[in-house]
Amino acid sequence: MVPTSYYVLLSAALFTIGAMGMLVRRNAIVLFMSVELMLNAANLALVAFARQQVNPDGQVLVFFVITVAAAEVAVGLALLVAIFRSKRTTDVDEVSTLRG
Amino acid sequence: MEFVIFFITAAIALIGAIAMLVSRNAVHSALFLLLNFSAIAILFLLLRAPFLFAVQLIVYAGAIMVLFLFVVMLLGAERAEDEKDKVAWQRPLAIGLGAALLVEAIFVGFNQLAMEPPTTPEVESFGAPARIGESLFTTYLLPFQITGIILLVAIIGVVVLNQRNRAKA
Repeated sequence: MVPTSYYVLLSAALFTIGAMGMLVRRNAIVLFMSVELMLNAANLALVAFARQQVNPDGQVLVFFVITVAAAEVAVGLALLVAIFRSKRTTDVDEVSTLRG
Repeated sequence: MEFVIFFITAAIALIGAIAMLVSRNAVHSALFLLLNFSAIAILFLLLRAPFLFAVQLIVYAGAIMVLFLFVVMLLGAERAEDEKDKVAWQRPLAIGLGAALLVEAIFVGFNQLAMEPPTTPEVESFGAPARIGESLFTTYLLPFQITGIILLVAIIGVVVLNQRNRAKA
């Protein structure tokens, strides 16, 4: 069987790519995709540790994370559509009305 | 054999993630993310989590990606963003900090996580869907109900957010 540390390293790499996406990109939809990528990386680590402990509780937690992520994406994309309706853009740098 | 599958799948997941990050077109980003989600689903299967394999494919690769593609096409946001950042030093700094984070994670991973996989025969069956379901409806009944409420709140929130303001007009 593949050692748990391999999965954790892959998870760390995916999380880093997601974090870099958050910092580098400015299209709000791609930012959401980066958040999803980071959530997936965390899920992968949780499932790997669940196998390490031979305990299904980690998998149950991942199930909850996936559910909450689905709710988050639905609300986030609805917000994005509402912002697009008033600003005609999805670039996060353009949405700076509240900036001091 | 399992190592071969793991390394191929891990490579696909990494390529999908990096391609999502660098592709200029948001539709391409979404499709590369779909590739990444599918690869992670296969890794779940390798980790003896068949229930999560199915959930990952149905919820992430199915529902969430359709939502993303739908919004990208609805807003016409697939065109490339401008190359020029408003803050000029942001991109190099982000790449530098991201690389530092990766090096740090790999360093910690190689130093502290020399974990051997468990060898007990029970590992083949601990993640059976029946056991997950039993756990969800006994030990984790309250969190399960709360996720139901979260989904309800999300539905109501989406409906409220996208209402046209008829009352004000």
